[in-house]
Amino acid sequence: MIRLSAITRTFHMGDQTVYALNGINLHIASGEYVSIMGPSGSGKSTLLNIIGLLDQPDSGRYELDGRLITDLSETEQAQIRREKIGFVFQSFHLIPRLTAAENIELPLILNGMPQEQRQIRVNDALQAFELKQRASHRPAELSGGQRQRVAIARATIMQPSVILADEPTGNLDHQIGAEVMALLENLHHTGTTLIVVTHDRELGARAHRQIAMRDGKILTDQADDAG
Amino acid sequence: MTLADTLRTSFKTVVSYRVRSLLIILAMALGVAAVVVLTALGDGARNYVINQFSSIGTNLLVVLPGRAETSGSFLGAVLGQTPRDLTLKDAQLLGRLPQVRRYAPLNVGAAELSAANRLREVTVLGSNADLIPIRHMKLAQGGFLAHGTERNAQIVLGAKIANEFFPRSQAIGQRVRLGDSRFMVSGVLAAQGESMGFNTDEIVIIPIDYAQAMFNTTSLFRILIEAKSHNDIEPAKQAILATLKQSHDGEEDITVITQDAILSTFDRILHTMTLAVAGIAAISLIVAGILVMNVMLVAVNQRTAEIGLLKAIGATSSDIRRLFFAEAVWLSFAGAILGFLLGQFGNLMLRLAFPQLPAWAPVWASIAGILVALITGIVACLWPASQAARLDAVKALSKR
Repeated sequence: MIRLSAITRTFHMGDQTVYALNGINLHIASGEYVSIMGPSGSGKSTLLNIIGLLDQPDSGRYELDGRLITDLSETEQAQIRREKIGFVFQSFHLIPRLTAAENIELPLILNGMPQEQRQIRVNDALQAFELKQRASHRPAELSGGQRQRVAIARATIMQPSVILADEPTGNLDHQIGAEVMALLENLHHTGTTLIVVTHDRELGARAHRQIAMRDGKILTDQADDAG
Repeated sequence: MTLADTLRTSFKTVVSYRVRSLLIILAMALGVAAVVVLTALGDGARNYVINQFSSIGTNLLVVLPGRAETSGSFLGAVLGQTPRDLTLKDAQLLGRLPQVRRYAPLNVGAAELSAANRLREVTVLGSNADLIPIRHMKLAQGGFLAHGTERNAQIVLGAKIANEFFPRSQAIGQRVRLGDSRFMVSGVLAAQGESMGFNTDEIVIIPIDYAQAMFNTTSLFRILIEAKSHNDIEPAKQAILATLKQSHDGEEDITVITQDAILSTFDRILHTMTLAVAGIAAISLIVAGILVMNVMLVAVNQRTAEIGLLKAIGATSSDIRRLFFAEAVWLSFAGAILGFLLGQFGNLMLRLAFPQLPAWAPVWASIAGILVALITGIVACLWPASQAARLDAVKALSKR
């Protein structure tokens, strides 16, 4: 469960103050599938970063699963990112010198899981995302679709409650993009909250709840009956 | 993130940036190797000098005429500005002291040696039979001015002289003329080469009485004394001073130099030199440390997006700091070990090339070299690592 109240985030450009987020109130229940749309500069990525605890609001309250996030220390926030949040990025953000399996393993290493358990989990993930054949390949040797599958496997390896995807298909062609979206939607079907940021209307329309943003404010917030 | 995983992850990073890592390790290694080799040279030189000094005698004291006001400058004594001469009688007095094992009076001069139709100028030492054991000289053949026979006109030839005058025949028993006197060769010194700037291969030795007669003097150049044991050196020195003061009408007009004092002076000087050289070599380690800092700063810059990603998947700032830190530790550690091995190899080569020089790096220098390498590497990484840890995740992620 995500609850944002009066969230404001400003940036300073020269002597000008720009509101990336201007008094956002938003409630997202567990297991929802939400898309956030809007032109660039509308604040949708900033919103995603704040939900993902990568960025701090200047004012407002943020509760995640009943816990007030805004007052937590940096280390506690890192722990929440590790355990509850999975990020999927447009440019994959795989570490180029690590193999697919090692990239997927990273969150487990950060969490201090013993190696034998990590091995089992990574193998399961490789299996689930059809990457077994590519386990020891480096990102440079993988196709775009495979890279994003590795990134999704990494985002889900800790079984987070929220997946945050920032233009997950932005660097992929249409067909591969659709496959990747299907994977993400599968995760949603198993109960994970899925929040996708995109400026692609067609993609955004697949979500059960669509939020449109402009100038740091929520413009519309529509839910399909199916959601 | 566990310590083992931090070390393993950063080790993988070091290995994957192969060329970069090798270059830093090499820089670090050269610094450590410089410390190890230069201190080995310094310490080797120290041991070489000490060995040379020890080889001229054991528990040796040298009595010279004349008084040095300060222990360091016996220049007046060397120049022979003496109020009162040392005499054979003085030498005999000293020989009776309880701390003295044996003594050898010494006179030095030059004379023409002729035999078998050959003629040359030689350095002549006048002494007694105890000169040989006191000065650790060895005889190749024959005997040396046997005890009680100082009055016989015997002569001992240096190895080279013997070879020059009697290349094909037995030197022992041959008659030679030195200056205006005739001598019979009683022994030949073993070839020893130069030691402390004095070549015993090109001298001849005759009994002290003959030398004094030949050079028309009653004074002695030196008296060499061997104390009974190491502990007797200082008492012997005091006894010598007291004895000669008494026999010189209450005037303290001689100087006693102990081998020990000279040794410890050289030891101090060369030890200080070794330290200085080690310090200079350590500067190259500091330079290597700055190189590590630069490379780590570049690495932080290069891996900005990666640091952002690590933060996004839940790495804490201290995880990131430790990762960079561990990387620097690996680099410095590898550099230190490689440098130590390189240095040891260099020392081995030195010892093979110069067998007289005991080029062994002192243990303290090896340990200090390795420690300084590790510490500079780690200190150099503190700043880049904290830069990495402080990066803003959102900005870091947006950097390609």
